[in-house]
Amino acid sequence: MHVELKDITKTFGTLRANDSLTLSFAEGRIYALLGENGAGKSTLMKILSGYQPPDSGTIFIDGRAVTFQTPADALQCGIGMLHQDPLDVPNLTVLDNFMLGRREGLLPKRKAARQALTAHATRLGFEIDPFRYVDSLTIGERQQLEIVRLLSLGARLLILDEPTTGISAEQKHMLFSALKRLAAEEGMTVILVSHKLEDVAALCQEVYVLRGGKLVGHRHMPTPIDELVTLMFGQSLPRPTRGAHNLGAEILRAESVSLTARRLTVRDLSLSVRSGEVIGLAGLDGSGQSDFLRACAGLQPLNGGRILIAGVPIHGKGYAELLRMGVAYAPSGRLEEGLVDGLTLSEHFALTTNNGLWINWRAANALAARQIARYNIRGAPHSPIQTLSGGNQQRTLIALLPENLRLLLLEDPTRGLDVESTAWVWQQLLARRDQGAAILFTSPDLDEIVTYSDRVLVFCEGRATLVEDLDDSARNPAERLGELIGGKRT
Amino acid sequence: MDEALVRTLADIVKVGAPIVLAAIGETITERGGVINLSLDGSLVLSALVAFVIGTGTGSVILGTLAGISVGLVIALIVAVCSIELKLSQVAVGFVLTLLCRDLALFLGIPYRNAQVFPATFLPIPVLKDIPTIGPIFFNQDLFTYLSFIAIGAAWWWLFRTKAGLTLRAIGERPQAAFARGVNVNAMRYLYTAVGGGLVGLGGAAYTLGVLPTWSDTGIAGNGWIALAIVIFGGWYPLRVAFGVYLVAGLRTVVTNVQAQVPPQVVELLNALPWLLMLFTLFLVSGPYLDQLLRILPPRLHPPIRTILRARPPSALGTIFEQEGRH
Ligand SMILES: Nc1ncnc2c1ncn2[C@@H]1O[C@H](COP(=O)(O)OP(=O)(O)OP(=O)(O)O)[C@@H](O)[C@H]1O
Ligand SMILES: [Mg+2]
Repeated sequence: MHVELKDITKTFGTLRANDSLTLSFAEGRIYALLGENGAGKSTLMKILSGYQPPDSGTIFIDGRAVTFQTPADALQCGIGMLHQDPLDVPNLTVLDNFMLGRREGLLPKRKAARQALTAHATRLGFEIDPFRYVDSLTIGERQQLEIVRLLSLGARLLILDEPTTGISAEQKHMLFSALKRLAAEEGMTVILVSHKLEDVAALCQEVYVLRGGKLVGHRHMPTPIDELVTLMFGQSLPRPTRGAHNLGAEILRAESVSLTARRLTVRDLSLSVRSGEVIGLAGLDGSGQSDFLRACAGLQPLNGGRILIAGVPIHGKGYAELLRMGVAYAPSGRLEEGLVDGLTLSEHFALTTNNGLWINWRAANALAARQIARYNIRGAPHSPIQTLSGGNQQRTLIALLPENLRLLLLEDPTRGLDVESTAWVWQQLLARRDQGAAILFTSPDLDEIVTYSDRVLVFCEGRATLVEDLDDSARNPAERLGELIGGKRT
Repeated sequence: MDEALVRTLADIVKVGAPIVLAAIGETITERGGVINLSLDGSLVLSALVAFVIGTGTGSVILGTLAGISVGLVIALIVAVCSIELKLSQVAVGFVLTLLCRDLALFLGIPYRNAQVFPATFLPIPVLKDIPTIGPIFFNQDLFTYLSFIAIGAAWWWLFRTKAGLTLRAIGERPQAAFARGVNVNAMRYLYTAVGGGLVGLGGAAYTLGVLPTWSDTGIAGNGWIALAIVIFGGWYPLRVAFGVYLVAGLRTVVTNVQAQVPPQVVELLNALPWLLMLFTLFLVSGPYLDQLLRILPPRLHPPIRTILRARPPSALGTIFEQEGRH
């Protein structure tokens, strides 16, 4: 199946999210769609998969012009999209999700569906239990389910929007080999939207680069990563460095903490963090890293042990009180937990400056404008938060963190951010550290953990092991960390 | 079994029928993601209209159809206000419930305790002769049988058909259903209408079955009870029906002992179902359930969790819009 996009334009108000884009995708090849945050990648992919209509422009499949009213139309033509947050129904079982939307009479053919599910999953090397509830699966497993479902419905072109954020290295490996096999053996076309250039190098054969809604480049791989970065941002970026800094007094202390994570219990976790220190929390999705962060923010009860902030036990204190003690927590679920869907940027900043009964709109607008400039957010003070691109929402979340913090608890702080924004966010965070703040952060990206952490706490099967000598070892630190996470001892 | 007990049980099943119909209707509506809060007023108004048409034409069928239409129209108003006008379902439903009840009181003045409609008593041959079961379940009026059918059909539809799977999906995550080719808003119209029709049927069951005359006092309030029971039943038809019979049973007990105890005790007993429900809700919500489970062997945890799983449809009361289309 050969798919062509011709002169696709999509505007939101005055913003041209896609500006007369012309791209073509050949059968059996794997493409990457690159671009900085807000470049218009998701918009284009939503148009291609029927979620949004373009303002103008045409989609051609094998030379024939098509228009899609709904995603189901697009899927009927063989175009399926996997969303970053898989679009499934968590409160149903895997099998129910798989059957939902198949057209075949009144009564479901459960047995046939189960066989189809297993057959397609095995073909791709996935293992999915049909009777589990989807809300008990990891993001990686939910992606696998979606891919299996799309394939079983006859998808010939698969779009993956940032599929590798939030899945383990092992799952990523499985995903990539399945995609490669599909492309080579069955002529599947794959479009990968990603900010991880290593992933692009490992998987893709051709690359399209967008900037500001326009197509700025088309390259065949292998292309040096520096060249891609230059295309994306208009300049090459220096590699991030950590730099030396001084450690202060102890700010966080965990004593034999035990807490319940989604699927396991973490026992006997002890840790002492001094101000000015950056601690990375590594582990497979759901191994307890995020739960430990939430516990430090007073948002999750402990089963045993205690946590002290600057020598004061936090037991019984709420987040509001901890915030006054200089502790801030930023969750990774941006729109679910961190930001308020429907409120504008100004309103968000007004919420953080909660002194007095009345909102000082002038001050809130001014603050919003200042932070928008300082944090380089694409949006206006009056933009509703959900219309910002993912990366810009993340910038807003960071911009909302109060000044003068002593302890920052960050869950996947650069989720969905492009290379430049990631470097930039860390620059901001390290500036906070230089002012004496300690930082605890989780990330599924081991390179990020290795690059920015002074020490790493590895969560594996209910144990938390502190790794202090990452840089000293002769081996590649990220690789070594990966083995620790997978349960291998070194 | 003791004959008096059998008669009491038969009575509970009969008195419960209208509430069962309304609660099952609401369960279906809410499973699709729409809250129809107009239940109470809808029940009263459809009861009146069913009574007027039924007595006027002398036909139970026509009266029943009229009741169903009233419930259906009111439900459609809620749906239109929510889907087309994007108004709050709670606000619209609340106003409608008050409006419909007052309208019924006003329009019902000429009919107050007027004619008595003959109860539509329909014993089922053969089945009614089964000992115990027969007299309780198969020696009843038309509406009681319909309430049984509603319970079974709702369960079967929700959990055994593809359409039921779609229904659950549009109440849980409409975006996902949309991505799978479901016309979410059309389905919401459909199920809100079906649910409303069942509420109307419940109203008709009052004036053409349970209390064969027009009097709002026996009806008003039962819609709120049905709404509460939907939550108590965790949006599962069988549990909802169980809840209805529990409440109806406790009420019957109260009526039976009324003569022998002081009035204060009667009022306290009347409050008992609510206390029980509140207690159950506490119990099934997170931490208490976990503590309860801690004393039981782990083998029993999954089935108990499944039985007590009571989570509202995630998209309940929300508006579905396809993004990027203005
Ligand atoms: N529904 C919408 N209403 C208004 N503006 C929108 C809407 N959707 C997207 N935009 C704007 O269009 C631009 C492109 O957004 P898009 O989501 O396509 O970016 P992206 O390339 O996917 O970025 P990211 O890498 O951060 O996900 C952004 O500036 C965004 O704010
Ligand atoms: Mg995007």
